[in-house]
Amino acid sequence: MPDLLLEFFSEEIPARMQARAAEDLKKLVTDKLVAAGLTYDGAKAFATPRRLALAVAGIPVRQPDIKDEKKGPRVGAPEQAIAGFLKGAGLTSIDQAKVQPDKKGDFYVAVIDKPGRPAIEVIAGIVPEVAKAFPWPKAMRWGEASGKPGALNWVRPLHSIVAMFGPETEEPDVVPFTVGDVAAGDTTYGHRFLSPAPIRVKRLDDYMAKLDAAKVVVDPARRAQMILTDAKTLAFAQGFELVEDEGLLAEVAGLVEWPVVLMGSFDKVFLSIPEEVIRATIRNNQKCFVVRDPQTAKLTNKFILTANIEASDGGAAIVAGNERVIRARLSDAKFFYETDLKTRLEDRLPKFSQIVFHEKLGTQAERIGRIVKLASVISEVMENQQQIGQRHYQGSSARYLNNVQRAAQISKADLLTEMVAEFPELQGLIGRYYAEAQGEDEAVAHAIEDHYKPKGPDDLVPADPVSVAVALADKIDILVGFWMIDEKPTGSKDPYALRRAALGVIRLLLESKLRLSLVSVFDAQAINVDSSFEQLARERGAKQGGLYTVAIGHGAVPWAGKQVRKNSVDLLAFFADRLKVQLREQGARHDLVDAVFALEGQDDLVLIVRRIEALAKFLDTDDGKNLLAGTKRAANILRIEEKKDNASYSGAPDASLLQLPEEKELARAIGAAKAEADQAVKREDFASAMTAMSKLRPHVDAFFEKVTVNVDDGKLRANRLRLLNEIREATRTVADFSKIEGS
Amino acid sequence: MADDLPAHMRPERSFQGLILALQRFWADQGCVILQPYDMEVGAGTFHPATTLRALGPKRWNAAYVQPSRRPKDGRYGENPNRLQHYYQFQVILKPSPPDIQDLYLKSLAAIGVDSGLHDIRFVEDDWESPTLGAWGLGWECWCDGMEVSQFTYFQQVAGFECAPVAGELTYGLERLAMYVQGVDRVYDLNFNGREGADKVSYGDVFLQAEQEYSRHNFEHSDAEMLFKQFTMAEEACKKYLRAGWAPDKSRHLMALPAYDQCIKASHVFNLLDARGVISVTERQSYILRVRELAKACGEAWLKTEAGGAS
Repeated sequence: MPDLLLEFFSEEIPARMQARAAEDLKKLVTDKLVAAGLTYDGAKAFATPRRLALAVAGIPVRQPDIKDEKKGPRVGAPEQAIAGFLKGAGLTSIDQAKVQPDKKGDFYVAVIDKPGRPAIEVIAGIVPEVAKAFPWPKAMRWGEASGKPGALNWVRPLHSIVAMFGPETEEPDVVPFTVGDVAAGDTTYGHRFLSPAPIRVKRLDDYMAKLDAAKVVVDPARRAQMILTDAKTLAFAQGFELVEDEGLLAEVAGLVEWPVVLMGSFDKVFLSIPEEVIRATIRNNQKCFVVRDPQTAKLTNKFILTANIEASDGGAAIVAGNERVIRARLSDAKFFYETDLKTRLEDRLPKFSQIVFHEKLGTQAERIGRIVKLASVISEVMENQQQIGQRHYQGSSARYLNNVQRAAQISKADLLTEMVAEFPELQGLIGRYYAEAQGEDEAVAHAIEDHYKPKGPDDLVPADPVSVAVALADKIDILVGFWMIDEKPTGSKDPYALRRAALGVIRLLLESKLRLSLVSVFDAQAINVDSSFEQLARERGAKQGGLYTVAIGHGAVPWAGKQVRKNSVDLLAFFADRLKVQLREQGARHDLVDAVFALEGQDDLVLIVRRIEALAKFLDTDDGKNLLAGTKRAANILRIEEKKDNASYSGAPDASLLQLPEEKELARAIGAAKAEADQAVKREDFASAMTAMSKLRPHVDAFFEKVTVNVDDGKLRANRLRLLNEIREATRTVADFSKIEGS
Repeated sequence: MADDLPAHMRPERSFQGLILALQRFWADQGCVILQPYDMEVGAGTFHPATTLRALGPKRWNAAYVQPSRRPKDGRYGENPNRLQHYYQFQVILKPSPPDIQDLYLKSLAAIGVDSGLHDIRFVEDDWESPTLGAWGLGWECWCDGMEVSQFTYFQQVAGFECAPVAGELTYGLERLAMYVQGVDRVYDLNFNGREGADKVSYGDVFLQAEQEYSRHNFEHSDAEMLFKQFTMAEEACKKYLRAGWAPDKSRHLMALPAYDQCIKASHVFNLLDARGVISVTERQSYILRVRELAKACGEAWLKTEAGGAS
């Protein structure tokens, strides 16, 4: 069966777009082939800086023939109806139609043969469609054609297209089509500098081989492998070790068609700069790898670059050129580093009062002030719960609390350094270096780096209690603040990464086992945000002669027997959602989150998760499953009967109306189980609470087996419905079973 | 070509030789060789020969040197690479010819960059000018890891689609010269290609200026005057635009003088920004104000003869 070879040859495609574009090309073309009835054996896509290629193997020569049946009018239908049917089906006489019986009589059926078209024709239609609507992240117009509407959009100017179709054993044909003003053909070009001449190709194997000879490695995975192997060898030959970097490797493989790996060096004096800065400088700006000494695990003064040509001087000029650029970059970095060290972190703080954090939340200085306040509150809770002073500071609570304050105070100061201005991704890390250099306590220095963590679901969660307190304060402040100005994440939009912040809080609390009432903390921080609002109002009032007010969701709502801000309750619900996502990703029972949050006053994540775990275990047992089923059954009956009667059957059942032994037993068991579970929950012993609940199960089962609820005696019926309600109420001691999926 | 030149004129020997070689190359390609625009601009793109000529259907091929001022980049002459005043060599080709990349590579060959010896690369770099309401796609061009040019296919200028699209090449002349001369400090560049007592370096010509303008830009520029100048330029631009429109809006007769005032406002804003007297929030609103002017000028230009109005 024939194969298809496609290549779009253009000016340089951004490295970051190549892999995705190759996948898109493959999917879009093969999906359309399949939709057109052309199934295939296999497809492979490739990308280089100048080309996107696709090879599809084993496509049939033609589409299959299709028989289409079209149902017509009844036999003996009026002339007009029959004429219309013939026209619509493309028949000349009613004799060409079949007659088929049906429930209501005989009908005409036209059988239309749709012969399959040659695959090459179908492909000639498919490829231009794909090209014209190709999902480049950014596309452009160019040249003469861009003067008129409807010009082709491509990532960069498109120069030629190869489209060959044919079986392995024969001369393939050019698939005849045009995209923009480029006609498909059999010609491509070799390496821009090393072998620019045109090349005529037939199919994948000679395409790959001829391009290889023309200094183009078409397969990006092979280019990456070549670079990695050569880079390792080069480093090893000098007694060093390559610092591997997958992202950089993929990018560099997207910048060359013919990788030539070379090694350069820089002055050792630059090794006084923090390693991360050297690496960032060399990686981000120059797309080069760094090299370390395997003995010391420290960077050496070498770097590895990947050129796109085999230079006539063996690469000497290229290495020299790159060395000069890297020297200039590193000397900038060294200058920044040394300049930065002249100013202490705390001396940078006043400038924050001129930097807006968010138009509605005020300056960075305000934000830092809020973080300091909240971090202090959190650290006091931590100290009370976990005796951190005892454990880490030779009994001195004050030293721990001071460290937290200090770390919170200077946690953002590195944002104002030259180094972070140059390398924003090094925020925090640079702060730690400078804090260490100015003699801060080690825990403070580490908290500056770690308070941004965890940055994602796979990032490590800080463990030092100073870092934990500041990291929590940093994230909770941003969440409370943005909730108060109504900038919540919606759908796919989360510009302030609030979901990540909430997940960070969840992981911090769970891993440090810190017991925090989130609603109280949110409420407390809201007061701090209020004062930022007031500060803004004063500033803007003075400037604009008007008062500035923000008032969204400030209203108080009842929650667990007290009045709290509506925002705090909303934010708690957001946490419940994030917790579900977190548990789902861990493969845990996320559907139990709602069952626990539905209970009153649940805002301590450590307890909530422990309760969920105990509940999950319980629901895995037969007792648990049956109790859940029984409770759901009770709830269902209640729902139906309460609706029918338009009444609510709450309140304790009347003991004197309990007749059958099973209902008496159940009532007694509920009382006992509830009391026992209550006690256990108070001790935070959820496993025992579940055990207490499990004692209910035989009684519930027996009740449903022996006792009829809907009896004629109205009083008796109402009493039994109340008893059912008691089952529901009792289980609420541990969870709201109605919120649990399944039965 | 470079081999026929006397030593002091060779692009790898002198800064001026480099400029002359580029001019000669692009003149040979049929470009109009213009002289710098006689106003302060932040980049060669601001020259009306690029900004305005990029709009409308007419063919336009031009090349020129443009002194560019970036007040914030001043370093009192102490940084080896950063300048508040430097030169760009700008080429604009409309519509972008199919062989524009080859032409660019030939221009590098013309100034002595041999593509058999040096690693020349086109690395993604999309260009956007918020003040001009313009964007395009293209690359930064690397030579052995050093960015030596910007290469952009203009897609939109002054808020209008470019039809046809122009290709823009911008050579950072000092960087390129440092590269071909093998010099690490911009002030050490040989300017006139002579040696010994006759040699004039880039520092001889510009070091004092860098020091003086850095003082001016960061410490002494008259902010109060500049704020007034900004408003005046803005007002004048709007006034000239109003006055230039034909009653039925079918023609505009003063797009160029109006655009001068837009350039003026933009440069004054850059000076204010360097002086540190514009807050982060205000900054955005100043950029928007300049963009509004640029858009209105572009709209007017499209109704002039050179802008293609019929």
